[in-house]
Amino acid sequence: MINKIVDGLAAAVADIRDGAVVLCAGFGAVGAPDELIDALATQGARELTVVSNNAGNGRTGLAGLIASGHVRKVICSYPRSSDSTAFDDAYKAGKIELELVPQGTISERMRCAAAGLGGFYSPVGVGTRLAEGKETREINGRLYVFEEPLQGDVALLKADRADRWGNLSYRKSARNFNPTMAMAAALSVVQVREIVPLGAIDPESVATPGIFVDRVVALGGKR
Amino acid sequence: MKPLSRRQIAWRAAQDIGDGSYVNLGIGLPTLVADFIPEGREIVFHSENGVLGLGKAPGPNEIDPDLINAGKGPASLLPGGSFFHHTDAFLMIRGGHLDYSLLGAFEVSGEGDLANWTTEDPDYPPGVGGAMDLAAGAREVRVLCEHTTKDGQPRIRHSCTYPLTAARVVKRVYTNLAVLEIGPGGVLVREMVDGLGLAELQAKTEPKLRLAEDWKPIAAPAA
Repeated sequence: MINKIVDGLAAAVADIRDGAVVLCAGFGAVGAPDELIDALATQGARELTVVSNNAGNGRTGLAGLIASGHVRKVICSYPRSSDSTAFDDAYKAGKIELELVPQGTISERMRCAAAGLGGFYSPVGVGTRLAEGKETREINGRLYVFEEPLQGDVALLKADRADRWGNLSYRKSARNFNPTMAMAAALSVVQVREIVPLGAIDPESVATPGIFVDRVVALGGKR
Repeated sequence: MKPLSRRQIAWRAAQDIGDGSYVNLGIGLPTLVADFIPEGREIVFHSENGVLGLGKAPGPNEIDPDLINAGKGPASLLPGGSFFHHTDAFLMIRGGHLDYSLLGAFEVSGEGDLANWTTEDPDYPPGVGGAMDLAAGAREVRVLCEHTTKDGQPRIRHSCTYPLTAARVVKRVYTNLAVLEIGPGGVLVREMVDGLGLAELQAKTEPKLRLAEDWKPIAAPAA
């Protein structure tokens, strides 16, 4: 029998180690697994590298993990938001490293890792500061830069519904990075609004098949 | 002479989008364009966070926390709209599937270079988001911006003083003063706000301007 449902947030993140590369889904606050990240802050793993589109806002979730000093490096496309003081303060104080990556490049680098590929040539960023030091190659008359795959040790995800096999469905634009990150980490942990019986999610609506998911935690009615 | 409001700039850019176009709206000014689809046209707006078919900004009672635009503000979805994950959203961008990308800018050069991701302020972390993907991937890049900075410096420059997002990609610029076309012959003034002369516009613009033979005043409704 397959049962990926675990009992509580603490159990879901218990074995994440110091120095882990943690993929954190979400676009701003939407689709972001704030409760799992809060549980990771409580668990206490340090020197983490976080891969996320943004670098947290407010005091909880990723912002809380950064404010409490658990993050050594952030790989993201857009760290600033209207309320990103946790990251801003750490950055100004030189306490956190930033690797800025174009948004589609972050996503495709993770997809490459998930697909077992060794990287890809992209036209994005050619001739800009973000391509400095990267191999450049001309293909059919256009310049491309080489981008390496980006693999996570763990992915922290948020979905709307899950079953015990780990099949996931999402709501609206809360899908964002979740499906790619689910595929790109050795261990994928998802918080969901609701756990439903096998077969209750229309197979046509499964956006992340359970093969990519290791642990599921239900949070109840909270979206 | 009355400069256009931000909403009037968005209105003006919307008029040039043909029926059946697929168009990405970047953060800031371009986001407003979704409010001004001309009567009788079907235009599909794309948002980098996994949405096709953005509609007008929702009213206060229509906000869904899981449905946001690239600027992380509340969004709406038109009938026929769809959701997809981030890697596919950027595949659409990078793979040339969009007709237009509408972007904001710090600076644009007379040759169509775009700078819109960092001002190099050491206390202000840079944020590239999807800008480099959009600038490199869409079939045509159009910029919406104020004609000058807050302290009156031209945003349309001989060459960009800030680090580039992409070189030679901007084909058209909509400002609060004019509609400009950038091509092999330099910067062509297609339209100017009523009461503004070419000499006055030139004084606020670094590259040499040419006035189109069929130029006309911008006729923007109050918005």
